[in-house]
Amino acid sequence: MDTETAHALVRFGLGHRPSDPVPTDPVAWLHAQLAPPDPLIGAGPTTAEGLAALRADRRDKPPPLQSRSAALFRAGARSQLAHAVETDLPFRERLVWFWTNHFTVSTRRGQCAAVLPAFVAEAIRPHVTGRFADMLGAVMRHPAMLIYLDNTTSIGPDSAAGQRSRRGLNENLARECLELHTVSPAAGYTQQDVTAFAAVLTGWSIDLQADPPGFRFRPAAHQPGPQTVLGRTFPAGEAGGIAALAFLASHPATHRHLATRLTRHFVADDPPPAAIAAIEAVLRKTDGDLGAAAAALVGVPAPPAAKLRTPQELVVASLRALDLPEERRPDALAALAALGQPFWRAPAPNGWPDTAADWAAPEAMVRRIDFAWALAGRSDAADPVALAETVQGPLLDPATRRAMQRAASRREALTLFLTAPAFQRR
Amino acid sequence: MLTRRSALLGLGTAVALGRSRLALAQAATDRRFVVVILRGAMDGLGAVVPYGDPELTDLRGALVPPDPGRPDGLHDLGGRFGLHPALVNLHAMYAAGTFAPIHAVAGPYRMRSHFEAQDCLESGADHRMTSGWLNRAVAALPRTPDSEALAVGVTVPLLLRGGAEVGTWAPHGNATPSVDMYARITELNAPDPVTGPAIGEGLRARGFSDATLYNLPQASNRAGFPALAAAAGKLLAAPRGPRIAALELDGWDTHAAQATRLPNPLRQLDAGLAALAENLGPAWAQTAVLVMTEFGRTARINGTGGTDHGTAGVAFVLGGAVAGGRILGTWPGLNPTQLFENRDLAPTSDLRAVAKGLLAGQFGLGAPALTQVFPDSASVEPMGGLLRT
Repeated sequence: MDTETAHALVRFGLGHRPSDPVPTDPVAWLHAQLAPPDPLIGAGPTTAEGLAALRADRRDKPPPLQSRSAALFRAGARSQLAHAVETDLPFRERLVWFWTNHFTVSTRRGQCAAVLPAFVAEAIRPHVTGRFADMLGAVMRHPAMLIYLDNTTSIGPDSAAGQRSRRGLNENLARECLELHTVSPAAGYTQQDVTAFAAVLTGWSIDLQADPPGFRFRPAAHQPGPQTVLGRTFPAGEAGGIAALAFLASHPATHRHLATRLTRHFVADDPPPAAIAAIEAVLRKTDGDLGAAAAALVGVPAPPAAKLRTPQELVVASLRALDLPEERRPDALAALAALGQPFWRAPAPNGWPDTAADWAAPEAMVRRIDFAWALAGRSDAADPVALAETVQGPLLDPATRRAMQRAASRREALTLFLTAPAFQRR
Repeated sequence: MLTRRSALLGLGTAVALGRSRLALAQAATDRRFVVVILRGAMDGLGAVVPYGDPELTDLRGALVPPDPGRPDGLHDLGGRFGLHPALVNLHAMYAAGTFAPIHAVAGPYRMRSHFEAQDCLESGADHRMTSGWLNRAVAALPRTPDSEALAVGVTVPLLLRGGAEVGTWAPHGNATPSVDMYARITELNAPDPVTGPAIGEGLRARGFSDATLYNLPQASNRAGFPALAAAAGKLLAAPRGPRIAALELDGWDTHAAQATRLPNPLRQLDAGLAALAENLGPAWAQTAVLVMTEFGRTARINGTGGTDHGTAGVAFVLGGAVAGGRILGTWPGLNPTQLFENRDLAPTSDLRAVAKGLLAGQFGLGAPALTQVFPDSASVEPMGGLLRT
């Protein structure tokens, strides 16, 4: 394995799996992953099935851990994590993770757990190499997001429902969409813009009682009259919201914001301005083609091992490296919780942080050691040094190799491998 | 955490506590057999010290504890050998006639790689096999009719892996590596501006001092092994409990500062073996224990106050069934011409002979069965007289 390939495997992938072939042309290998459809699209329970489970839970009120929602969530989380360990399209999976985090939906708020796996499968996965506008549109009308950021209960004060109930706007989704998902505060929007956009999105709700249950635009809750957001006026009705999202998706500030986040993730914590500008230019030129942006990222030079792996990246890379038979793999969900990044459970709508300083908390780093030790105890690898060479190629540094060779047991050697800086970074 | 049910559910089960592991297997017999693997190569000359050998002080002066009778001195074993001062309980067993060290023991493997040597130690052969000798021994014993396997998914040591079904069970514990491992990981990460300081600070917050992390005096260890050995004793004592157990204890690879690093694992081992005996209760009388390590360490002290990978070491046999209170094996001497490759204690006994002697005495396994347990070992006769008759 040459250095370029080794870097590609960790920078854009999820770490090499010894049973996979080593890519002969790393650039071609990465580009090829942007073409095929994601095998998890259409797999697992649908949004309608998730909402039906939520409906049944609301009716039967089971203890939280025994709810249908919790079972759907756990099964979905397990299968998508297992997919990450096994996939031969790791770049694609990294993009899924990136965009899932960009559009964070978390079980910490609202009853969104039952539809969270379907959210990723239906609103994120189909679009990671498609157009940003399509992803934004799919996300904003997905029940998981509408529940998570309270839009199901947002009511236009002058709508029929608003007049009847004296309830009003909830601007949570509108604000996060502007701040986190699209233009970011750099666009200089005002509170009036937020309020107007919240009015645009009134009526974007769900119908739990329908068969099948799903998204529903509720005209009776929609604020009448046109609304002006960032200087652009949108008519009332569902079409006004669709137009507003299309406008935001192609806004130059959105391209700039997405380019910054993408380069922070794939280049460096503090990405060079030239890298941001290059990705921004691609997004502008292609009107938000995320596949083109991903392809362009491959060509952006990055210092080696610039990024500290997040717990999620580390756990999956470790499981891939040790290539354990299925019955011997630990519960990755439990490991992620122990390491401070419980799956699909980010603390807030801004998602998991993406810089080393956020993850290198002292206790968190020591827990990584304990995780590595526990995991290494499950491996049967006959020759840990050979395994490390297969996984990391030239990235296995002499100090780590020496320490592994001097280790008193295979378990110790594998623990040293998984805890050395070369493995903690990507 | 560890219930009787977990033992009775399986033909065999495995349990992990802290740094130690326990695996168990059932058989239709009242005799008990326990194997303890010391991973990392225990220094045989440091555990059972040949203080009567005139070459010893020249070879490793700073590593030799004071003579018997002096403060912190060796526990005398009859004038030529002394037990390390940390081995208090084993000395009492020696006096009670239930413990015998066997010196200058080695398996058939002569290279000095931990991994390969541990494979050979557990395979019972001069190469790595897919099953361990203790598993093959279990397969040769009459089975209990009501045993069923329970598999949850933590690995069984190679020693007990193989055709005879061995299920596993593990508590959800906070297993952590040794202080020494933390120290090595800290050292590897030291050059990294992010992970280095974070790991150092995290370990300090957990109570590991800088002195400990940077290879100075050893902090007190977790009580994993004695707790696990006590659990093993309780399980083996149960009327329908398992009869075979394998335990592991690591932390023996004393390349540096051995004088301060060796006492801790020795204390763990000593306390664990005492706990095993105590919890076996009356069943101790029917028990034989074999304590073994992958190889011994160099006869000479090295440049960092430690010892490097060697050849022959020491094995322990103990238990109520053992004819102890004496030193077994043949002492080869420490003169440079007597050392193996002018470096290591020369092997004079084959570890397989010891294991065969115990299996033959405890379970009546004959030559054909023993040759299946230890392939290509027809020329290795079982060591006689290990057990009371």
